[in-house]
Amino acid sequence: MSLMEKQNFFDSKAVDGLDRVDGRLKVTGAARYSAEFPIPKLTYGVLVTSTVAGGKIQSIDAKKAEHAPGVLAVISHFNAPQIPGYSEGSNPAKGQTTKGQPLRVFSDDTIYFYGQPVALVVADTLERAQFAAGLVQAQYQKASFQTDFDTNVTAADFPSQAKNRNSNGDYLRGEADAYKNAPVKIEAEYVIPTEVHNPMELQSIIAVWDTADKVTVYDKTQSLKGAQGTIAQAFKIPVENVQVVATYVGGAFGNALRTWPHEIAAVMAAQKVGRPVKVVISREQMFTMVGYRPYTWQKVGLGATADGKLVGISHEAISQTSTYEEFTEGTVNVSKFLYACPNVNTRYKILPLNVSTPTWMRGPGEASGAFALDCAMDELAYQLNLDPIELRLRNHADTDPERNLPWSSKYLKECYQEAADRIGWFKRNPKPRSMKTEDGMLIGYGMGTGSFSAGRSAATASIQMSADGTYTIQCATTDIGPGTATAMVQIASDVLQVPVEKIKFQLGNSSFPKAPSQGGSSTVSTVGSAVTAVCISLKNKLGELAIGQGEAASVKPADLTFANGQISSKDQSIKIAYADVLKKHSLPNLEVTEESKSGEERRKYSFYSFSVHFVEVNVHPATGQVKVKRVVSCADAGKIINHKTAGSQVIGGAIGGIGMALMEEAVIDNRFGRYVNNNLADYHVPVHADIPAIDAVFIDKKDPYINPMGSKGVGEISLIGMAAAVANAVFHATGKRVRDLPITPDKLV
Amino acid sequence: MNQFQYVRATTAKTAIGALVKDPSATFLAGGTNLIDLMKNGVTAPQKLIDINPIPLTEIRKQSNSIYIGALATNTDVADHKLVLQNQPLLSLALNAGASAQLRNVATIGGNMMQRTRCFYFNNPDLPCNKRQPGSGCGALEGYNRMHAIFGASPQCVAVNPSDMSVALAALDATVLISGPKGDRRILFTDFHRLPGDHPEKDNNLMKGELITGIEIPDNAFGKTVHYLKVRDRSSYAFALVSVAAALNIKNNTIKEARLAMGGVAHKPWRLTEAEKALVGKPATEATFKQAAEIAMQGAKGLKYNSFKLKMAPNTIIEALKTASGIA
Ligand SMILES: Cc1cc2nc3c(=O)[nH]c(=O)nc-3n(C[C@H](O)[C@H](O)[C@H](O)COP(=O)(O)OP(=O)(O)OC[C@H]3O[C@@H](n4cnc5c(N)ncnc54)[C@H](O)[C@@H]3O)c2cc1C
Ligand code: SF4
Repeated sequence: MSLMEKQNFFDSKAVDGLDRVDGRLKVTGAARYSAEFPIPKLTYGVLVTSTVAGGKIQSIDAKKAEHAPGVLAVISHFNAPQIPGYSEGSNPAKGQTTKGQPLRVFSDDTIYFYGQPVALVVADTLERAQFAAGLVQAQYQKASFQTDFDTNVTAADFPSQAKNRNSNGDYLRGEADAYKNAPVKIEAEYVIPTEVHNPMELQSIIAVWDTADKVTVYDKTQSLKGAQGTIAQAFKIPVENVQVVATYVGGAFGNALRTWPHEIAAVMAAQKVGRPVKVVISREQMFTMVGYRPYTWQKVGLGATADGKLVGISHEAISQTSTYEEFTEGTVNVSKFLYACPNVNTRYKILPLNVSTPTWMRGPGEASGAFALDCAMDELAYQLNLDPIELRLRNHADTDPERNLPWSSKYLKECYQEAADRIGWFKRNPKPRSMKTEDGMLIGYGMGTGSFSAGRSAATASIQMSADGTYTIQCATTDIGPGTATAMVQIASDVLQVPVEKIKFQLGNSSFPKAPSQGGSSTVSTVGSAVTAVCISLKNKLGELAIGQGEAASVKPADLTFANGQISSKDQSIKIAYADVLKKHSLPNLEVTEESKSGEERRKYSFYSFSVHFVEVNVHPATGQVKVKRVVSCADAGKIINHKTAGSQVIGGAIGGIGMALMEEAVIDNRFGRYVNNNLADYHVPVHADIPAIDAVFIDKKDPYINPMGSKGVGEISLIGMAAAVANAVFHATGKRVRDLPITPDKLV
Repeated sequence: MNQFQYVRATTAKTAIGALVKDPSATFLAGGTNLIDLMKNGVTAPQKLIDINPIPLTEIRKQSNSIYIGALATNTDVADHKLVLQNQPLLSLALNAGASAQLRNVATIGGNMMQRTRCFYFNNPDLPCNKRQPGSGCGALEGYNRMHAIFGASPQCVAVNPSDMSVALAALDATVLISGPKGDRRILFTDFHRLPGDHPEKDNNLMKGELITGIEIPDNAFGKTVHYLKVRDRSSYAFALVSVAAALNIKNNTIKEARLAMGGVAHKPWRLTEAEKALVGKPATEATFKQAAEIAMQGAKGLKYNSFKLKMAPNTIIEALKTASGIA
């Protein structure tokens, strides 16, 4: 029986705004995060890290630590068991998107960066492990190292993957650098410093070897299958012998998309000491062990006709990476498709430094790119003496100019209108430094645009219906905070036409049916489609059973309607509750598994989510302190499954964007190659007092092609474009363009 | 973290006695600074003498001053009727510091004793003369955005991070001290030190001495006071620059003025010359500008903190404007 695609999602809106199904567990502390599983005979691992940024480990004096009370092992490359997967190939993690050789923990004496793990102390209590870790003395043969972006920037090069292709991955549409000959042009450089994800939950793992070749890890991850595959490959055991559990994840923002050295170290240590090992990395270690948004320099040139039609866009970016891996991201991508423009050229290079490898951080490269592009658009608007929205409307891309395809859906113009109205954009005096509050604060309004690919890949879900009328859906996805289980319960409820209370959605276990990593704003799209498919499949099964062999056998499946937990046929010969179908057939339960994936539509349309952010700031004219007074973010993310949880995503993204614009910066002292502000007192993220009420608005119109729900993604677009909006508002308030983030008071006095 | 002993002292005398007996011991008050330093490995006392049981939390009116016990919490002081009535500047400064959670446990004595937030001081594998005399000053040629523009030495360019202390310096407070040799009093402005050749010494408290309280003399400033703190976020961030200002204005003439700055020196930076320049003048922006100019004499910027040379006078003017209500 074919799976009809459902087209009328939530037309009733009956279940929209459902409270988080796990909300109570989370606020009462009953939700169990990776580090919290009570495991018998648990031991505790604490990592010792390098205090030099380059060179070799000469010696590690572990004697004192080994003799400290409760210590079971001090593991370093001098005594670490060979990780079998490390001995082969150059890349133990198959399908790793980052080129190069992932850091092989404790495999040799090379130091690549400051803060690199050099030893793991395992003890019977956390305190004893911490104490003993302080006793480990490592000696280094220091070598020169480079961490300074500016002085090394000439060493930047094309990523090696790009070098294999034509023109080193440079993108060209029309003529290169056409902006230079345009009647009106701007050219500017922008800098985004290193930003660290710093979710509340520290990276943590408990590794338990169940047998000699079977391991269970309770692991903070956004990628159950990724962790499972990486661990299986490293320890050369069958994939199914690795079980990964991540029932709850306390925020990640991308830093749990990869499997990192501390995870491999924990699994190795558990094998070595013959007991379960827990490793929770410290806040300082969060700065060097689990990725970050790379320091990025950008240059944007924009040229336009006198009436504001774009003639050329040039966008160049250089991002830092490590010396052992080439991390790349879509920094310059937005310039290729966000605005209609006949001539576009982009260039993307990376600069290897003695730092750990960066990774995707919410809105990944697009957030950095959109900051540069949409600040440049604002600069151009002022140059043209044109309203920034008007400039964007005049250059609205009606179709995707990069791929020459129609958009699957695009309501960006509606977003501009809605958000501009809400913030009172057209009432502002556009002249910089022209508006003041009664107490003398400079008022500024700014806006920025965000866009991110609306993905959909393959996922499988299973559903088990019990004769008591309850449903359990399983899928190996995670929930890093957006409310995945909640949205899935709603989707299932809508497809099945049964109340949400009857449905359980279980995630966070690699033994469940397969799903991709939770990243790139695609979980609702991908997993939601699988949930839809499996629910439809279940209905079809129930339908078949209801028709059965008896007098109703003449009823066609198409004549059945499913509503309020009941199946009925047009001719009323069938009228039966779902649960009674099982009872009638003496079935204790009914189970279906279904895969769902994208298809041909991906070649016919271009799929993107869009957002706009409007911000009002106050700037103190004497001290330069910026206060965000209002934020309106409006998103075209297709059909919104749950306005409450999606709204929270938008609020969180806006806060992340405010942090990016005004506060976040991980500072390295290049003399030592180490971060100096690697704690949450000195690395600033917004506090409550920094955040005004945020108006999260959705266009809430279905995308007709992306998936049965018509839903696109919200996660990335909530942040992408936000930093530009803040920076543009600061310009409007003060007349000062700050092109290097964060915009701290010192840059405005 | 190192292993340490923990004892509780119930009287000032036993606390002092315990400290004199054991030079590697330290007093524990709210612990909000000390415990962090122990966790980071900046300090490793062998013994913590918990002074919280000592009855030193009182806040009371005396004949010409108010007395505040050293163990009164930042929150209790900031919210106290006597303080709000008599010394609102202190309340403003306290509330500009840290976060509500920290202020609920941080004590007055601990606050004035808190150590610098210099990154190099707080990361034991980096050089720092204050933490380890002779190891060099990491900040001098390093990331010194938060550092001093006044009174620094080549040995140390750190700033004192306390907001409360800026107000107490402006208010002519006195620190009450008990020690093995008896009681003594130090003027608040003499309590903290400049780094000179001994940056390891933050203040003039001697080994074995306990701060028992402070006294703040009554004044005629009333509500004509302001504490303005410029920081990287609205709360839970240390001052880039802060200013405590108090004025006594009669018939639009400044009769008396107090000014002190935070975030600019190794100690709360009292601006006596600028105060003198304010007295006898009308409370106008021009007067304040002139005072700010005087206040900045001798300021010297470092690689990353030169913005303070502009931010500091601006903040002085703003604080004076707000205090006097001419904004
Ligand atoms: C993240 C963070 C942000 C902060 N932000 C700010 C800020 O913006 N502004 C600000 O002003 N402060 C700030 N603070 C610092 C805070 O104010 C201090 O930590 C607090 O005031 C210290 O008081 P305590 O009682 O906890 O002291 P403790 O930590 O208990 O003690 C500190 C030191 O004082 C000594 N000591 C304590 N009491 C006495 C006594 N009676 N006699 C002699 N010695 C004594 C102790 O031995 C110790 O050496 C911040 C702190 C943190 C952690
Ligand atoms: S400024 Fe002072 S505290 Fe900072 S590193 Fe130099 S000596 Fe140490």
